[in-house]
Amino acid sequence: MSTVLWGVLPYLMLVVLVAGSLWRYRYDKFGWTTRSSQLYESRLLRIGSPLFHFGILLVVVGHLGGLVVPESWTEAVGVSEGVYHVNALLFGGLAGVCTLVGILILVYRRRTTGPVFMATTRNDKLMYVVLVAAIVLGLWTTLVSVGAGSEAHNYRETVSPWFRSLFVLQPDVDSMAAAPAQFQVHTLVGMLLFAIWPFTRLVHAFTAPVHYLFRPYIVYRSRDRRTAPGSRARDRWAPVGTHDRDR
Amino acid sequence: MRVMAQVGMVMNLDKCIGCHTCSVTCKQAWTNRAGTEYVWFNNVETRPGQGYPRRYEDQETWKGGWELDRRGRLRLKAGSRVKKLLGIFASPVQPELSDYYEPWTYDYRTLVEAPLGDDFPVARPKSLITGEDTKITWSANWDDDLGGTTELGHLDPLVEKVRRESEDRIRFELEQTFMFYLPRICEHCLNPSCMASCPSGAIYKRTEDGIVLVDQERCRGWRQCITGCPYKKIYFNHKSGKAEKCTLCYPRVEVGLPTVCAETCVGRLRYLGIFLYDADAVTAAASTPDPQDLYDAQLDLMLDPDDPDVIAAAKAGGIPDDWVAAARRSPVYALAKTYRVALPLHPEYRTMPMVWYVPPLSPVVDLLAEQGHDAEDRDTLFGAIDALRIPVEYLAELFTAGRSETVAAVLRKLAAMRSYMRGVTLGREPDASIPASVGMSEESLYAMYRLMAIAKYDERYVIPTAHLEQAHQLEEIGCSLDYDEGPGMYESGPYGEASGRPAPVAVETFNALRQRQTSDATTSADELRGRVNLLNWDGNGAPPQGLFPPRHDVGGDQP
Ligand code: SF4
Ligand code: SF4
Repeated sequence: MSTVLWGVLPYLMLVVLVAGSLWRYRYDKFGWTTRSSQLYESRLLRIGSPLFHFGILLVVVGHLGGLVVPESWTEAVGVSEGVYHVNALLFGGLAGVCTLVGILILVYRRRTTGPVFMATTRNDKLMYVVLVAAIVLGLWTTLVSVGAGSEAHNYRETVSPWFRSLFVLQPDVDSMAAAPAQFQVHTLVGMLLFAIWPFTRLVHAFTAPVHYLFRPYIVYRSRDRRTAPGSRARDRWAPVGTHDRDR
Repeated sequence: MRVMAQVGMVMNLDKCIGCHTCSVTCKQAWTNRAGTEYVWFNNVETRPGQGYPRRYEDQETWKGGWELDRRGRLRLKAGSRVKKLLGIFASPVQPELSDYYEPWTYDYRTLVEAPLGDDFPVARPKSLITGEDTKITWSANWDDDLGGTTELGHLDPLVEKVRRESEDRIRFELEQTFMFYLPRICEHCLNPSCMASCPSGAIYKRTEDGIVLVDQERCRGWRQCITGCPYKKIYFNHKSGKAEKCTLCYPRVEVGLPTVCAETCVGRLRYLGIFLYDADAVTAAASTPDPQDLYDAQLDLMLDPDDPDVIAAAKAGGIPDDWVAAARRSPVYALAKTYRVALPLHPEYRTMPMVWYVPPLSPVVDLLAEQGHDAEDRDTLFGAIDALRIPVEYLAELFTAGRSETVAAVLRKLAAMRSYMRGVTLGREPDASIPASVGMSEESLYAMYRLMAIAKYDERYVIPTAHLEQAHQLEEIGCSLDYDEGPGMYESGPYGEASGRPAPVAVETFNALRQRQTSDATTSADELRGRVNLLNWDGNGAPPQGLFPPRHDVGGDQP
């Protein structure tokens, strides 16, 4: 059982994530967008969206720090487990709360603003459930840890080694199996989130426009860029066309 | 010097009758789709008026275009790149649907299906956004023909400015009202701030003809371009989640046809032609310190196509000979630079707009005629141009960042043309002093008259075709030749309304367009799957299928 959960599933998830994203990028560049609904409503969006997005960016940084950097390294530079733990809980908890409040505002807005709700697909709804679940479960692990005080489980001795071991293709199933249930559930839901990622609007995160900072303001492009006849239509720019409203 | 070619447009505002034909044909051709109900690539505004979207010219609110920083360098008015990226999660100043209007349709079915009764059935307005009953409170043309101007006229940002500056009042009482129409499309700017705002780099300017397009496959819906464009000519398709804009009908222009708005213009007031410009000098010109000098800076960018140096540089830059030849015959170059009667719209936005306008003399003429003066007489007209400060100042806010002398000079040329040609038409001795008083020769005044008043089709539109040896690279042909018409062409993909492979705008091929352009016979209309596409219909022959409902031969077989 543990082997399947912590030794096989992560790789399945990774395959789906990578292959799915590549496939979608090739097949559906036109659908690759944030599908912003700001045109319909922006008062709540203006509060909820930055709260959520900046929160989740911090959460990502926190996760990377906690999972990738081994405990021995932080101790080598003189940060004791206790100090690290308190900091992680404090900042992680704060970022997590921001994210949660942000997404709750966004979900509320989605449900109560007529046009926004109309523009919500089933795909979106599923994605919201998984995303909210992952965030809530993550906060729950934090809460449990805070409740346990100094007795709290040190995930950097269980989850993190397992995470790192995945990348050297020698999954350390046992350490993950030793982690408390709340960590396991959070990890599972997290994996589910990444597995559905390529098939939801979340893909927009993969094309975060950081290169904007480095490109020239004015973009010239020649028709010559177009490929020769006979190549596939999808490889080149085609004018817009959307599903017409049923008549 | 790096010479590049730009397709430019000039509109002669005196001739616009505000019929909105251009808007409607444009909409039929390009934005008759779900998600673009509120999108008007071409719209016609009554001025004074708020425009579309409402008060878009108030850049202190909307932050469109460029400004100079303290060191005199260009930067986006909405802020630095970092600031723009930080604001990406909720665009700080994006107009909402309420700044445009909530598109609607009517529930026509009740008209047909209501049961027999004493009351007339009513087709109630239904919102196209929510599908619910709605109350119509605004539209793209709510203040058309000065409708509601007594209450709302002061909301025009230019009226505000002129008033503030002249301590005077533009009165909206009928006898003092002046009015004209301003048709607007995307300006296909030389220094587009929409492009500069796009985080994904999806908006580009075509090197061959300068047309500004949005790459639909690279747009990610970050919405920054909507803030960036000071003319608010980028719209957000709320179904596909992508930005869309006027394409200058590139599939038509590539084969030498004028845009749909120009082709269908009732007043025949639009001109299309080539400008040659120096691409290396654009940024410097756009950074001119005094906004009132921007018009001159923009004129300086436009290169003289008869200058041998320019021709040589154009050749070196790979511009085909027939394009240079077309630039020499270009009506837009003639109006903008030779005669200097066409002015750019809001040069102070520093985007170097390439749709130019001949300001209207009609407010002056109408007023004179109403008061019983001779509105064809040069001295009366010249006197009126100097005396009627308000219309001139208003036009100056539109076209020269407030420099009234430039506008007055243009108006004097138009007035001179008017009175000189009256003499000619009435068979009097042509008065050579009239052209001289505006610094023109009789010949050039007459040539200007030919171009502006006679305005022959082939003088209005001088559009060189894209090169046949490049034909396989034309964007339009690419998608129509290789397009595989699998099932689900118009279906929704699994990831929301617009996902999946896009359907091309015009399913007609390059060859069909060429044939239509070069032969007298008409090609048959294509099956467009229930969509009416006027893009390729030139008014000859059978209308495209779907424009009219199918004919039912009632009682056809019974005598
Ligand atoms: S007018 Fe057109 S080219 Fe100019 S900034 Fe706006 S959208 Fe861009
Ligand atoms: S079709 Fe021509 S005359 Fe009519 S509104 Fe448009 S620009 Fe003006």
